[in-house]
Amino acid sequence: MLNHYPDVTSSVLTGLGWYYLILLFMNLLWTVRSYKVDGEFSNGVPKATVWAVASSIFMMMSAAHFSSARSAETFLIRMPVFFKDLVDANFANPVIYFVLSIALLWGMIRLREWWTKPTVAWSLLNISLVFMGLSLTDYDFRQIVGKPDNVPIVGMLFIVAFFTWIYFRRAVDNDNRVAEGRPLFEQENNEKVLVWPDLVYTELICMVVLTAFLIFWGIALKAPLEEPASSVKTPNPSKAPWYFLGLQEMLVYFDPWLAGVVLPSIILGGLMAVPYIDFNKKGNGYYTFKERSFAVSTFLFGFLPLWVALIVLGTFLRGPNWNFFGIYELWDVHKVEAANNVNLSEIFWSLPGLPGLPRGSSIGAILLRESPGIVLTLAYFAVLPPILGLTVLRKYFVRMGVLRFLVFSNLLLWMAILPVKMLLRWAFSLKYIVGIPEYFFNI
Amino acid sequence: MSVGDYIRNSQIWRSVFRHPAPTDRRNRVVVMLTNFFLHLHPVSVKQQGIALSYTWCMGGITFFLFLVETITGVLLMFYYRPTLEWAFYDIQALRDVQTLGIMREIHRWGAHAMVITVWLHMYRVFLTGSYKPPREFNWVIGVLLLVLTLLLSFTGYLLPWDQLAIWAITVGSNMARATPFLGMEGPGFQLLNTSGYELITNASDAKFLLLGGRFVGEATLNRFYILHCVAIPVVVSGLIAIHFWRVRKDGGISQPL
Repeated sequence: MLNHYPDVTSSVLTGLGWYYLILLFMNLLWTVRSYKVDGEFSNGVPKATVWAVASSIFMMMSAAHFSSARSAETFLIRMPVFFKDLVDANFANPVIYFVLSIALLWGMIRLREWWTKPTVAWSLLNISLVFMGLSLTDYDFRQIVGKPDNVPIVGMLFIVAFFTWIYFRRAVDNDNRVAEGRPLFEQENNEKVLVWPDLVYTELICMVVLTAFLIFWGIALKAPLEEPASSVKTPNPSKAPWYFLGLQEMLVYFDPWLAGVVLPSIILGGLMAVPYIDFNKKGNGYYTFKERSFAVSTFLFGFLPLWVALIVLGTFLRGPNWNFFGIYELWDVHKVEAANNVNLSEIFWSLPGLPGLPRGSSIGAILLRESPGIVLTLAYFAVLPPILGLTVLRKYFVRMGVLRFLVFSNLLLWMAILPVKMLLRWAFSLKYIVGIPEYFFNI
Repeated sequence: MSVGDYIRNSQIWRSVFRHPAPTDRRNRVVVMLTNFFLHLHPVSVKQQGIALSYTWCMGGITFFLFLVETITGVLLMFYYRPTLEWAFYDIQALRDVQTLGIMREIHRWGAHAMVITVWLHMYRVFLTGSYKPPREFNWVIGVLLLVLTLLLSFTGYLLPWDQLAIWAITVGSNMARATPFLGMEGPGFQLLNTSGYELITNASDAKFLLLGGRFVGEATLNRFYILHCVAIPVVVSGLIAIHFWRVRKDGGISQPL
């Protein structure tokens, strides 16, 4: 019987054969490096042996994939079904996804001394690449990850991880140097050199490599072209361009006026305000974490879980009807997710002892109906900043002055409204804090 | 005398480059000062300031990708007509028939890459604290360039005029309809509609302004084409010039004080 959704085909196996061949060469190079710098175990065996073994495993994997390309149906190296079911059943919802991404950021900051060690980082890279290679033996995984427009996003994940690693590695190094009273890494071997040749040659090589890379990419992957535009055939899901998918994901929690207009404006305004609210004079022109831990943590929180992770979520995990799908799950248009969300006003007015939801369409009746949410929102933006300034953020308030601190604390609170609304939605099925659909004013 | 030396000493060569080959220290200094393309750079820099592990080269790569997009974009303009009748089929011909069709692939992948490299450039600038005084305003210009890069990519997304294009733009532009006060479905637009005269209608709100119509149609294609090929690139070029100039004036690549 012909399988229309084959997990493994001969072309997939050939592709993976090349994939593991690349992993083999990467690990061979690492073995050489390890032999030179890593030293030996206590019994005299070089630590590089571990990487030599890893390389030979990748060699066998590669050979197995190439030689089995003709008998794809019976090929055994594939992601086990129980694992796929486990992931789809337990990790396929936004709560777990968002909590995991926060936990990952927290772990990255707390364990920065550990995971920036080259051996640890290389092991993590190998693990994630093997995970990806095995996952590519799944039909549904390949459908999302292998889409030409989505390939750069997969690449972006690895690139962002790589540069985050570089940052933490150099920051940890500099923080240790400061603690020991040694000069910063950037201050050592820092003679003046002539731009010609030291910089212009780097630029030239960079341009040549990039051009070659773009041409190779252009040959390897065709730019997508779907059917001619038709205003009557709506695709499901309809997605914005990938870099706006974080904003589209916010539509789950907020109405378009907030998710699509106000929040993006505040993100940009907030970014522009950064140099004017960060009064910390340290950490100017070198990598450090300890000297600006609050600024860096806040920025990482905004960039990694709230921007990159939401783009990945919107691109790879949101399918028809904007439902959440596991990475190995078929995008079934008929998947139904119950959504019985209620407004804060409905919860509030049905509390025991209260007369029930006020009716009426006059402005007064609407304001009365939504008064709990309005009071909460005003308190959040107007009362919370002074309280924060007198308590946990006191040292910032003292150094920033009133105006600067108000801008700063309000930007922080705006940044927090997405996680806050997420928590409220997940915990209480809350739809709107303030719900005035009569005037399109829903928060 | 070798052929290379003969060429480098010829009148034509010297009239173009204004200085001898940069083989000794003096001429390596002179070349940076007298060559138009090189004078963006200072003559000398701190070694750690240009280390790849410090700068990640992302700003430079972004600028290079902007140039790649300009060149491939101009070539694509020779083949592409922004009308409902031809837009899709011109792109199809680029895919199936035209010799230079790969320009479209390079243009699209270069655009994706450029969005990512802008983010990484900002990431690096933030993590090295390079927005701190005296570079505050250059960071602001950088944020503007980020917005314009996203808008360039967004306006270009529509041009192939396939299903992917119009529905992505439809989803994106539906947000404009919800603009407070100025959108048909935004909070507070009723305040601008006084009795008897409606200021904000579906033929005058923010979405209409963006699309040049109530739906994504021919007017939108024309509007986005001009924004994509002329209006935004001109503004971006100006801001890039200011951005680079400020990098130099604010003390070059950031370094520990």
